[in-house]
Amino acid sequence: MIKSNSGIRKTDVINRRMFLIGAAKVVVFVGIVARLFSLQINENKKYLTLSDKNRIREWKLPPTRGNIVDYFGNVIAGNLKVYQLHIIPEQVENFNYLLVRLKNLLNLSDKRIARINKLKAELKPWDSIIVSENLSWSQFVKINNYLYDLVGVKPVMTISRNYPFNDVYTHVLGYVSQPNEQEILENEIIQERFVPGMKIGKLGLERRLENHLIGTNAIQRYEVNAYGKRINQLEHQKGVQGSKIRLTVDTEIQKACGELLNQKAGSISVMDIYTGDIIAMYSSPSYNPNLFLFGISQDEWQLIRNNPLKPLINKTLSGLYSPGSTIKPIVALSALENKVIDTKFKVKCTGKMELYGQTFHCWKEKGHGWVSLKNAMKQSCDTYFYEVARLLGVDRLNITAEKFGLGKKVLGDYFDNEKKGLFPNTKWKKNNLGKGWVLGETLITGIGQGYTQTTPLQLCMMTAQIANGGYAIKPKIIVDSNPISYEDAKQSMESGLLFDAGSEELLDKKLFKNQKNIKIVQEAMFASTNERFGTSYKSRIDDPKYQFAGKTGTAQVKRISKRERELDLELEQIPYKDRDHALYVAYGPYVNPRYALSIIVEHGGSGSKAAAPIAKKLFKLIIDRHDLRNKQSNFERITV
Amino acid sequence: MFQHDRLNSEITLFQKIKNLDYILLISIILLSVLSVLVMYSTDGGEILFHTKNHFVKLAVFFPLMIFVAFFNIKFWHNFSYIIYFIVILLLIYVSFFGIKSSGSQRWMDLYLFVLQPSELMKIAIIMCLAKYFHRIKIENVNSFTSITIVLSIIIIPIIFVISQPDLGTSILIALSGLIILWLGGMKIKYFIYSFITFLISLPFIISFLKPYQKLRILTFLDPDRDPLGAGYQIIQSKIAIGSGGLNGKGFLKGTQSYLDFLPEKHTDFIFTLFSEEFGFIGSVGLLILYSIIIFRILRIGAISRSNFARLFCFGYAFAIFIYIVVNLSMVLGLLPIVGSPLPIMSYGGSSMLATMIGFGIVLSAKINHKQMIA
Repeated sequence: MIKSNSGIRKTDVINRRMFLIGAAKVVVFVGIVARLFSLQINENKKYLTLSDKNRIREWKLPPTRGNIVDYFGNVIAGNLKVYQLHIIPEQVENFNYLLVRLKNLLNLSDKRIARINKLKAELKPWDSIIVSENLSWSQFVKINNYLYDLVGVKPVMTISRNYPFNDVYTHVLGYVSQPNEQEILENEIIQERFVPGMKIGKLGLERRLENHLIGTNAIQRYEVNAYGKRINQLEHQKGVQGSKIRLTVDTEIQKACGELLNQKAGSISVMDIYTGDIIAMYSSPSYNPNLFLFGISQDEWQLIRNNPLKPLINKTLSGLYSPGSTIKPIVALSALENKVIDTKFKVKCTGKMELYGQTFHCWKEKGHGWVSLKNAMKQSCDTYFYEVARLLGVDRLNITAEKFGLGKKVLGDYFDNEKKGLFPNTKWKKNNLGKGWVLGETLITGIGQGYTQTTPLQLCMMTAQIANGGYAIKPKIIVDSNPISYEDAKQSMESGLLFDAGSEELLDKKLFKNQKNIKIVQEAMFASTNERFGTSYKSRIDDPKYQFAGKTGTAQVKRISKRERELDLELEQIPYKDRDHALYVAYGPYVNPRYALSIIVEHGGSGSKAAAPIAKKLFKLIIDRHDLRNKQSNFERITV
Repeated sequence: MFQHDRLNSEITLFQKIKNLDYILLISIILLSVLSVLVMYSTDGGEILFHTKNHFVKLAVFFPLMIFVAFFNIKFWHNFSYIIYFIVILLLIYVSFFGIKSSGSQRWMDLYLFVLQPSELMKIAIIMCLAKYFHRIKIENVNSFTSITIVLSIIIIPIIFVISQPDLGTSILIALSGLIILWLGGMKIKYFIYSFITFLISLPFIISFLKPYQKLRILTFLDPDRDPLGAGYQIIQSKIAIGSGGLNGKGFLKGTQSYLDFLPEKHTDFIFTLFSEEFGFIGSVGLLILYSIIIFRILRIGAISRSNFARLFCFGYAFAIFIYIVVNLSMVLGLLPIVGSPLPIMSYGGSSMLATMIGFGIVLSAKINHKQMIA
């Protein structure tokens, strides 16, 4: 009984204590449920996001660049489908065998093979290695034929920049290529959108308009596992192509410029004298920007770099030349405006002029005799302009020259490589050279030699502003969102109203004091081209539809010694480097002018022989295309 | 008294089957089915290695449980000490000749499968102590001899298990043993004193911990200190559970698990996967299923006439509860990570074997609940 009592007591103890534990268990279970509730119900959103962040990874694809088109909508920088070859290492059975096969099929260099091996070591096995960025069609076909033997190789089609007109627009557009580290760091947009294989603008408008052209990345979402391997594709977000940029240029004229300057170093610029639209802007020689897309080969690069005609320099914007006699219209205008001379003013040219014991020669050794403004301009008499410059003084000349755009950038910020040039005055010399101005320097400034340095585009703009009656224009190469028509521009200009839709500020458009003076200069330029004994008389066109007025220029690159003057060598007898630069500025048609141009042929000899004939050929085309251009502009206005 | 003895010994096979606890059995079957489904999900929705093996183990151990149940509870009482000693011998064997894996030596190769004796110790210690407290007079429970004996029974296996090293299992063995001491009537003040002593000596204990164990505790305190290293498991586990939400992501749709973000998803973190796919509702359902099992075991203990059966059932119910709590607290980030499987759900033969034997003995207690043991 005692035992059984003890047994019962023990059972009681066990039961009682079990009850306590049981209660504790309930509490603990409730605690666990509470924790579950807090994680799964309260914080569900947070953990769901974290879980998605775990498993979803985004791959950015290179954005598609916007097209650049000419005035007529022809694509001058577009995009092309290219075939690439990728290797996915994890799918390859025998990597070395594959490389040997590819090496034979594609003629890969040993360097390239070494690079592929290096990439393979660096990348994850499921990341693709780009073996070739741009397969030719025949290579692509070859690869596809042998695909059964090339396990782990993937032919891929992708999009690449393309310049259909090859070297025609290189100096305007520039080109694209792989960005370097600094370029990525400098531009936030590039930084944000960068993916391997992306190309950015390196030069010209491609570089300047990078942020407009770049486009947005297409985004590919993949589900990945814990090791980062793609499991399946979730969605595809299309990228937006970069903005289309329409330029004011005319490809036909631009192409003609290239042909006219073939094998020569030089530049041609053509401008609308009312709207300031740049119709053509060609620097010769040029080079093919398509070579740079996938990395230029060393040989091709050396060929471009070592070319004595310097294709890498954009001569239109960064080439600095003495304007030579092409400055004479400005000298004459300045003298007229300042009432230093009038049309009746005459100078006797004896072939040279003495000043303080120094001799200043006219290009015509025998002299021109008594010449008035018109004849002096027509025959480009240097003595007349020495005298005019002497009377005028360099400072007054400088004011007129700067008014017409010399010594300032024409296109502002658009091109990094545009140069300002220089038109000197006494203050400039004092500040920069620390010496006083000498009168002799005024004389040579009067014939466009000496310190004066101009870019071909500046000369073109100067001519355009004389041609339009002396009104300021703002040259542009990109078509505004709200383009102004030719007639509107002309009309508003002549009524003295604001015509530049792009800028809101009211500028003083009139560059003249008395418009009659402009007219006098225009007539003198007309005579120079269209009257007997004019320097460019041989290059004239008699048909009034095409008739143009112009001024030749011959810029000395070195001082002519007395001996050389006596020898009077033929062009071919002078070393290339020492030959004069040939220049020509012109506008036309003479009645109702519309376009101005400037031509420079480096070391081409005299302006009348080397530069003016080019204008004759070009003007016909420019005027012929005028109606088309006008139609296009009206069409644009209607559709807007 | 004699009459009772005679009656009990004459239970026929048919009566035995009739006396099984069907609610408990059905719950165990349900849990087994669920575990196979979850294993199928860890294999990525295919019948692969883990699913197959888990199923085979269930197919072997479930009949084994019934087999164990058909032995009289008296038999298990009689053999309790022997079983305890056999498992101790196995532990000794393992500490010398065991298979090493990832830095610890806990397994022995039995050709058909690899046995982890420490898992069996979880049951053996309950049996051994239940028998001891069954036999001892209540007056002697708190005597010095008695306390020395029961503490030795607990400490000896723990020494072997902790030296394997296997902190998780040692803690579970210790807790299983202590609960019998508590139920057996050991004075409450002893528990309080030893708890205080434990707290005071905690810094010393920590200094004896292996570097990786210390790291686990630090990680538990702040999982974000090393999110890709030590904190990775717990962070990914919480993400999986939290992202499950109310209804879960759906069967076979747990992204955290099938994209391999979850570590140890077959074993200790199996609940994470379950919870990700079945959500709050599924998780609470699983807890309810476990609660039913625990409740049924407690009920069998309560109707048992012998204190051995009663102590075993109560002790085992508590042990199951502790396994669940430790495992869930770990995956929910409430406790540091200690290796401890979730009964039946987790992949692992020894754990399942021990659990099934435990259920078998409980069922034996049910069949023979009127059995008195002298």
